[in-house]
Amino acid sequence: MIDIFELLRGNPGDSDYKKKPIIVQGITGKFGSLHTKNMIDYGTNVAAGVVPGKGGQKFGNVPIYEHVKEAVDATGAKISIIFVPAKFFLNAAKEALEAGIKLLVAIPENVPVRDTMQIVEFAKKNDSIMIGPNTPGVLIPELIKIGIMPASPFKAGNIVVLSKSGTLLYEISDCLSEAGFGQSITIGIGGDPINGTRLIDAFNMVKEIPDLQGIVIVGEIGGDAEEILAQHLIEIDFKKPIVAYIAGRTAPKEKRMGHAGAIVYGNYGSAESKVSMFNKANIPVAKRPIEVPILLAGKLEQSGD
Amino acid sequence: MRLLEYQAKELFKEFGIRVPPGISSKDIEKGRKDAEKLGFPFVIKIQVPVGGRGKAGGIQKCHNEDEFELKYPQILEMAIKGEKARAVLLEKMVEIKDELYLSLFLNRSKRCYTIIASADGGVEIESVKNQIIREIGLGKVEEGVARQVANEMDLEGKTANDLVEILQKLSKLIIEKEVELAEINPLVQLEDDSLIALDGKVVIDDNAIFRHNELEKYQEKSEIEKKAEKSGFSLVELEGNIAVIGNGAGLVMSTLDMLSDNGGKPACFLDVGGSATTESVYEALALISKMSKVKAILVNLYGGIVKTTTVASSFIKAYEENLIDLPVFARLKGAESEKSKEMLKDTKTKMFDSVEEAINAAVLRVKK
Repeated sequence: MIDIFELLRGNPGDSDYKKKPIIVQGITGKFGSLHTKNMIDYGTNVAAGVVPGKGGQKFGNVPIYEHVKEAVDATGAKISIIFVPAKFFLNAAKEALEAGIKLLVAIPENVPVRDTMQIVEFAKKNDSIMIGPNTPGVLIPELIKIGIMPASPFKAGNIVVLSKSGTLLYEISDCLSEAGFGQSITIGIGGDPINGTRLIDAFNMVKEIPDLQGIVIVGEIGGDAEEILAQHLIEIDFKKPIVAYIAGRTAPKEKRMGHAGAIVYGNYGSAESKVSMFNKANIPVAKRPIEVPILLAGKLEQSGD
Repeated sequence: MRLLEYQAKELFKEFGIRVPPGISSKDIEKGRKDAEKLGFPFVIKIQVPVGGRGKAGGIQKCHNEDEFELKYPQILEMAIKGEKARAVLLEKMVEIKDELYLSLFLNRSKRCYTIIASADGGVEIESVKNQIIREIGLGKVEEGVARQVANEMDLEGKTANDLVEILQKLSKLIIEKEVELAEINPLVQLEDDSLIALDGKVVIDDNAIFRHNELEKYQEKSEIEKKAEKSGFSLVELEGNIAVIGNGAGLVMSTLDMLSDNGGKPACFLDVGGSATTESVYEALALISKMSKVKAILVNLYGGIVKTTTVASSFIKAYEENLIDLPVFARLKGAESEKSKEMLKDTKTKMFDSVEEAINAAVLRVKK
């Protein structure tokens, strides 16, 4: 099991503690360049970019390489964020994993499911993890941002936010920060049917954070990731406070609601199914984003924290 | 994208899976010719991308011309679960000895393809008994696995051989066409013990269409949907009268839920994408202006990186150019929101600090 905090933050003895190098694949594109600037502003150590055909050039102070392998050799980076268009994703992701990348943050939307499945298999073999595709990324407030999220919603603290949706991650983190609940880490799962890091995988990454106060799960219709996590929480008798929110209660069936994965077939993927499983696990489900901190405060009070 | 039955069956035929003789049409003139070619009796089947057609009367037997003249127009005019008929399939009847179930689908939680098979088909998947379930990785079904499935279904002789063959062909289809779900329900055993696909449901991966030009012809989109796609938006048209625009699928879904909770009826789900710009919001308003049922527009944007003033200027532009005349109720979260309120002061766009207030104002306005 990969320790995500070790990857993102490192250990106090490391020479690059709290400034782990990351690589940006597609650093010169419209989207890639905008978000690289924002990541650097946030304090992320963007050590190299990769753009085929632009090796040897620079993006600001960041050197650009032809291939991920060269960028890895030059910087020792174990993390890469991918901004290439969906149809080039498969090759870019393969290249990164072959070059020894351990954490792949896959931003592109509209990646074919078959390509994602191949990368999931490949990452497993290489003992690496992928977050996404179609994810806003991963962020440790006030330390590192690997993704496209705005900086303003996030404050340092001890709550974990795991979200299928990008903008709802911002919205709900904002509500939490306003209410005085900072975050220890926020992870975007992504809105696709197949996720490199599933909701339950993300939970397993964060469940043992020493100062963990509580977890907020931002789910949405489609699939059964929420149900599986709720079932798991019952089985392991997880004691820390958890609060959930589910988007799409009123969405029509068999319609894809923006995200490739947000679709209900019969009862499979329905909000009712998710809410009822959360209820079984004694996890309150907010009806609107603003209620999340209120429910969390209630849970924390119950647990005497 | 979910294919219509006749389209799914075209794919089945292409991959060598047997289906009953049938012809599809979109008007009665063509239907009459099809009927003549096919010969009575046959079944008239409505073509809609949703289930539950039989129960709703969308599948009817037809024995002669009089029945045809009566039933064809009825079925063509019918809507099932709000979905109007896209076409009508005339199909020969078969002698059913038994009904089986077979599907291959993308198992999201296991992240692999999965076979579900059963000797008790013909009902909805939730009610299918004695399900045989096999995980098959990226979708390839080896003969040995197919044979095991047939054995577990207690099939014998010709029927077992047909099942093995069909399962492998279906596997080839999902791999080559990048399909998320291929279901045959019922898979019918005929009097001679051979198997034939009486119905077909195929969902293809929209994101893989760029590798499959041959599937593009199945995409049926309204003018508004085409425009939305061109602008990079996601649009789902709904029944109500308040158009909902936002950035990010989750946020827009959440806004629909809150609007419905407070008594409003959404006219559409319109996601302009994670990062809203002046252009994208203007384009979204242009799309909404083409929907006649809309009485008000509810906008919920989480600005983040984009300044709200950028978005405010697109509203102003839309009014100046007479693109819209509808009242807009907006919640724009992000930088410079005070300044954008000032900019929109004398327009029909009202800005609110919370989405709750914006929703309530929109609902009140529509009910007046």
